[in-house]
Amino acid sequence: MVAKLTRAERQFALILLGLMALCGLVMAAGANDDLFALHGGLILAVAVGLSFLVISGLDAPEPPPERLAEYYDAPSRVAIVLTMGWALFGLAVGDWVAWMLAYPHLTVDAAWASFGRIRPMHTTGVIFGFGGNALIATSFHVVQRTCRTRLAGQFSPWFVLLGYNLFCLLAVSGYPLGITQSKEYAEPEWYVDLWLCVVWVTYLVLYLRTLAQRREPHIYVANWYYLAFIVVVAMLHIVNNIAMPVAWNHSRAYSAFAGVQDAMTQWWYGHNAVAFFLTAGFLGMMYYYLPVRAQRPIFSYRMSIISFWGITFMYMWAGSHHLHYTALPHWVQTLGMTFSLVLLVPSWGSAANALLTLNGAWHRVRDDATLRFMMVAAIFYGLTTFEGSFMAIRAVNSLSHYTDWTIGHVHAGALGWVAFISFGALYSLTPALWGRQRMHSAWAVEAHFWLALAGTLIYVFSMWNSGVIQGLMWRTYDSGGTLAYSFIDTVVAMHPYYIARAVGGALFLAGAGIGAWNVWMTIRSPDTVSQPAGGDRPLTILAGE
Amino acid sequence: MSGGAERDPISGYMTTGHEWNGIKELNTPVPRAVWFFLITTVLFAVVWWVLMPAWPLGNTYTKGLLGIDQRQVVQHDLRRAAERMPPWRGAVLRLDYASIQADPALMGQVRRHGAVLFGDNCAACHGLGGRGGPGFPALASGSWLWGGAPEVLAETIRVGINSDHPETRVSQMPAFGRDQMLSRPEILAVLGHVRSLSGGNPGSELGRDLFAANCAACHGEDAHGAVELGAPNLTDPTWIYGGDEETIFKTIFFGRQGHMPRWDQRLSELDRKVLALYVADLAAGGTDGTH
Repeated sequence: MVAKLTRAERQFALILLGLMALCGLVMAAGANDDLFALHGGLILAVAVGLSFLVISGLDAPEPPPERLAEYYDAPSRVAIVLTMGWALFGLAVGDWVAWMLAYPHLTVDAAWASFGRIRPMHTTGVIFGFGGNALIATSFHVVQRTCRTRLAGQFSPWFVLLGYNLFCLLAVSGYPLGITQSKEYAEPEWYVDLWLCVVWVTYLVLYLRTLAQRREPHIYVANWYYLAFIVVVAMLHIVNNIAMPVAWNHSRAYSAFAGVQDAMTQWWYGHNAVAFFLTAGFLGMMYYYLPVRAQRPIFSYRMSIISFWGITFMYMWAGSHHLHYTALPHWVQTLGMTFSLVLLVPSWGSAANALLTLNGAWHRVRDDATLRFMMVAAIFYGLTTFEGSFMAIRAVNSLSHYTDWTIGHVHAGALGWVAFISFGALYSLTPALWGRQRMHSAWAVEAHFWLALAGTLIYVFSMWNSGVIQGLMWRTYDSGGTLAYSFIDTVVAMHPYYIARAVGGALFLAGAGIGAWNVWMTIRSPDTVSQPAGGDRPLTILAGE
Repeated sequence: MSGGAERDPISGYMTTGHEWNGIKELNTPVPRAVWFFLITTVLFAVVWWVLMPAWPLGNTYTKGLLGIDQRQVVQHDLRRAAERMPPWRGAVLRLDYASIQADPALMGQVRRHGAVLFGDNCAACHGLGGRGGPGFPALASGSWLWGGAPEVLAETIRVGINSDHPETRVSQMPAFGRDQMLSRPEILAVLGHVRSLSGGNPGSELGRDLFAANCAACHGEDAHGAVELGAPNLTDPTWIYGGDEETIFKTIFFGRQGHMPRWDQRLSELDRKVLALYVADLAAGGTDGTH
């Protein structure tokens, strides 16, 4: 990893790490509260650890210039390992939380282990840790292959990957300590947000420069989606996190927004985080790995255009459907609902484009669990977007809102769509990046597929049942005009579904465990295949230009 | 690497002629269904915008032809609910407690409505079915601090105990140990006597004397408590904080001052009346707190 960088780049890395260590030291020494000091110490420790890594390779010989004529896959390789690590962490914490909801005593009597602190560890772990690393790994791979050019930076891909994981680490380590700004999916405090800003802008510049250096006349659809993901997430992140810190050396900050404006900004962020982090980015993934694996052309280029612009334009308006029947003015709710309904068409356009691409390759779907992962992902994508538009209708929302139906909906998307497409992509990418013929064990991929599918179905069906029952119990009146159930009655009624949900989650986690083992064994396998001459390389030799 | 467009043998459509690392795209026209649904949903959206409040216009917004707004809808629903109030509610408000208790049909409504009200407002402290818990009186036990008649219960619910209501019920047990009114051996002697009152081993002479001098003023000579002071009966087997030696010692040493919120700002008069009847009924065994 360090040996592939030039001496100058190594020295630059060392200077940056020195600055980072200094920053951590100042935070730790000058802190106004203990939590800020702890995070300063963590930053210092990470900087020192990485410095050792760089120093150990500082005097390695200069890398050969021919490397610039090859794709730059080392960052993707590390990102794959990190993806699987975060998947295991995030899913395990999620299943713990699920059991805790069924049996509230399954915790230790300490503030850090309370539900409110553990739950964001799960959401951040899976969305940003697992999902984010999968997106970085695949976006680096896809942009190079579809542009037939090497990444436009030698050091910046490492900065993006490791900087992003530092963000995840600071976020996840902050929650048990009680560091949060209490915005769902945007919990990290101001200094962590600032750091992500720097990392994300670097990501954007790296991506744009790579696209600018492409050796293809056209930009492939997958890159439209990855770029939309990077651009919009930057925008969402910056606006929703505008805040005034209590002091430069204090972990707390106060949001620039208050009241209903705060709620609207938060859900404009929250819904578009789903749209551009969990949808656009993963559609980019699907648009590359699914046709490659199926060995079929994309069904319709024209439909890709309609879907892409439909999704990017319409999602921006839909966030207010999270705030139906609240203090938010009625007209904003109307806009949120109507745009959510129109949004269904481009969403189904994308799902249909994926499934119709499989025409002529259904025998591969049958035989190849990796492709089947991606096929199921497209189905769940269609299912979830239909459900989302349906739940955005005010009258439906009056039943579904605040119930477990929402949890079921989110997990149909997060497990069935995001995780399935990610695992499909990883099972295609891992052997390719390590030069292996195939995954270590085809049987393990098959087992992972069925565990994941069973887990997802159990999870989603139990939450659908639970949510609808809960919603109906809340609004049931008897003939005397009296509410028929107290809140605790509904909690008692949820109990069996909570157990089922936790079992489903455990199956999904077991599948991911098998997947992590399989990825690890593939990496360690000695069975390398020699690349065909002139095969997987950038189109034009850049060195010497 | 762009080559010429070619025909895909399986679908029969032409490709676009571009290729990215082996990926090609078909130039399939957008299916009619996509256009149909796109146009339909957009038309629906436009119609909905015309009918409902929809687009901002500077300081105001388009109100919509139907003139609907969620605030008016809620007010309308509340008004209609008030107009259509079921007759039993009026009867509960109008009649006195004894007449309601004598009417089985009304009490059936009280039990149904009361169970929900109790579950949502009282059970968090007093437990499901009023079984109580450490620090929170067991309402189903029939052992009352302030009295168990429904009128009295209604008043307790209205003003609370040691709450910020100006007419709140006030009660405090002094901290005999911490405030040095009794020494440690004296507390142990009183403790022995108190435990003997509800059937424990007989206490000492000293304990009995100390009780008469320090405790009887509130708890009574016979230790049966005093509902006008909120002093508990010490002779029954029901304990609020616990009847073991350690807990009683703590109670005498540090004193107690329980708190119950006032409900006059949270619950309507009707709901409070239903709850008072429901709690009285719980203690009388008329309901066990389940459906």
